[in-house]
Amino acid sequence: MSNEVILEVTGLRVDFATEDGVVHAVDDVTYSVSRGKTLAIVGESGSGKSVSSLAVMGLIQGLNAEISGSVKFAGQELIGVNPEVVRKLRGSRIAMIFQDPLSALHPFYTIGMQLVEAVQVHNAVSDEEAYERSKAMLERVGIASVEQRMTEFPHQLSGGMRQRVMIAMALINEPELLIADEPTTALDVTVQAQILDLLRDLQKEFGTAIVLITHDLGVVADLADDVMVMYGGSAVEQAPVRELFYEPAMPYTWGLLASIPQVQEKRTHLDPIPGLPPSLIHLPKGCVFAPRCVFKDHVADNLCATTRPALTDVSSHHAARCHLSGEQRQAIRVERNIGKVN
Amino acid sequence: MLLLLSVITFILFNAVPTDPAALSCGVHCTPEKIAQNRIKMGLDQPLPVQYFEWVKGIFIGRTYGSGTQTFDCSVPCLGYSFHYGEEVTNMIVTALPVTLYLALGAFILWMFGGILSGIYAAKHRGKWQDKTIMGLTLIGYSLPVFFIGLILLIFVVVRMHVLPYPDYISPLENFPQFLRTMILPWISLAILYAAYYTRLTRSQMLETMSEDFIRTARAKGLTEKVVVRKHALRAGLTPIVTSAGLDLAGLLGGAVITEFIFSLPGMGRLAIHAVTDYDLPTITATTLVAAAFIIVMNIVVDVLYAAIDPRVRLT
Repeated sequence: MSNEVILEVTGLRVDFATEDGVVHAVDDVTYSVSRGKTLAIVGESGSGKSVSSLAVMGLIQGLNAEISGSVKFAGQELIGVNPEVVRKLRGSRIAMIFQDPLSALHPFYTIGMQLVEAVQVHNAVSDEEAYERSKAMLERVGIASVEQRMTEFPHQLSGGMRQRVMIAMALINEPELLIADEPTTALDVTVQAQILDLLRDLQKEFGTAIVLITHDLGVVADLADDVMVMYGGSAVEQAPVRELFYEPAMPYTWGLLASIPQVQEKRTHLDPIPGLPPSLIHLPKGCVFAPRCVFKDHVADNLCATTRPALTDVSSHHAARCHLSGEQRQAIRVERNIGKVN
Repeated sequence: MLLLLSVITFILFNAVPTDPAALSCGVHCTPEKIAQNRIKMGLDQPLPVQYFEWVKGIFIGRTYGSGTQTFDCSVPCLGYSFHYGEEVTNMIVTALPVTLYLALGAFILWMFGGILSGIYAAKHRGKWQDKTIMGLTLIGYSLPVFFIGLILLIFVVVRMHVLPYPDYISPLENFPQFLRTMILPWISLAILYAAYYTRLTRSQMLETMSEDFIRTARAKGLTEKVVVRKHALRAGLTPIVTSAGLDLAGLLGGAVITEFIFSLPGMGRLAIHAVTDYDLPTITATTLVAAAFIIVMNIVVDVLYAAIDPRVRLT
């Protein structure tokens, strides 16, 4: 069971036509998630991490969006099918939680109403039963005095509690896949840890696969089995979590890891990655990261600026988009003390 | 609030440089007669006393004149129109229902029309349906009421004889004729407002539809119908309710032009006649009533707010 693939995304592209030109928000992304496992998608704002998962949920709407590629959920293709098929999966077998639970919950309806609604969309059950199930789920996510909370409105709850409510609402129909879009970003640090613990417990209990979208590498280390690093709409590196932290294979990931301050070291400044993320309308012709890459001179023939590197295997489960050779990477890692090189 | 308002209106209209006593006197006027009238109308008293008498009249009634020439004005006495020789209260009681029917009928029309077409346009944003509706609202919004009213009157009544000439009658007396009279005023008044509410609803819906909680509603697997009707409309309603309350209040004070075109004996016409005839008590009274509507509707809107948005409620 554990290795059965629940979500398989192949060559996913999302383009938005705007007045300024076509925005290539997601550019040829391929990944898969197995039942009960967690894939973390890491990247900065505008890297396409949220858009790619909204595309999986069928939540990208509007005339100007064009989605291509393939998204298979439990063997069922979701791209290009009747939207009704995807709608029925949403909330029942694929659920999603969002960054800011205050704006993600409807301000005018009580917690109870919103949970009961989530139950009743997909199950023909009585109000009483839906109510009881909602209550049980709220208790499960660690909310006290549930009876009272059910009658309250989102603004009356604390941030942590609201995110618990969101999680309860997402998991109430025991979905096989949960997409968590920066679930802890809007929360206090202590609450973040609680929410992550909760997610981990619930994942064990329900066997839910999780796609965790985040820019917080601490969260990644904490929760993920596999990691996909996104930059400028492309997946630039994909690896199991240990490998990514210990043997990161491309300069953008190096930069990300180097920018995390370590508790035990003394630093007077952080190491940011120089430059800005690329415009998704005018993507660089070569490697998307090349303009900011300090190692592009290591590659001959100005290859980084002219040719988009293919996603190539570094090891059996580890792939990266980079023109640097294996030896060069190893040498740079040793020289710069990147990852855990022993 | 209302009291303050009454002071202001009272002072304002007494500042008008006309002598009501002289105006009510007629053709064969003598200085003696004017003096007599002045006493009869209470205008011989100093202003504060006049005001006090006026307010007293509203709450407990008052008696005009003195000596043998007295007559009672019963509660709520908004004054006595010497021009028409009638109690202002009676005139308002006759005129108010007309305006009420006119305003409410148009209100229902435009709210339904405006909100529905606004939602429809928002749902088809950018497509031809949206563009057509937006184009029409622009036309509707730019046409003045008197133009729409006259066009309707000419084509529907004069040329095509679909409807009889408007001749107002109370709905209690002759309901079908009431409808035949009111339908055109309703439509011409509603078109303007419907255009505005279409635009308001559309922009409001578009704004709400991009909210995070709408994304959540969709992520729950709700059908688009439920997302729009239950989640988006409820949240987008607040500014529409505000506008609706105030627009209705404004109309209740008298839809002057519409009433004039379709010769409806409502508040607007009453006020206009009063102004052209320098009938001060009537002007003061109609102003007061119109202002009262606005204040009351403001309170109603606030109460509705709390009903719609739990964040407004006191905890």
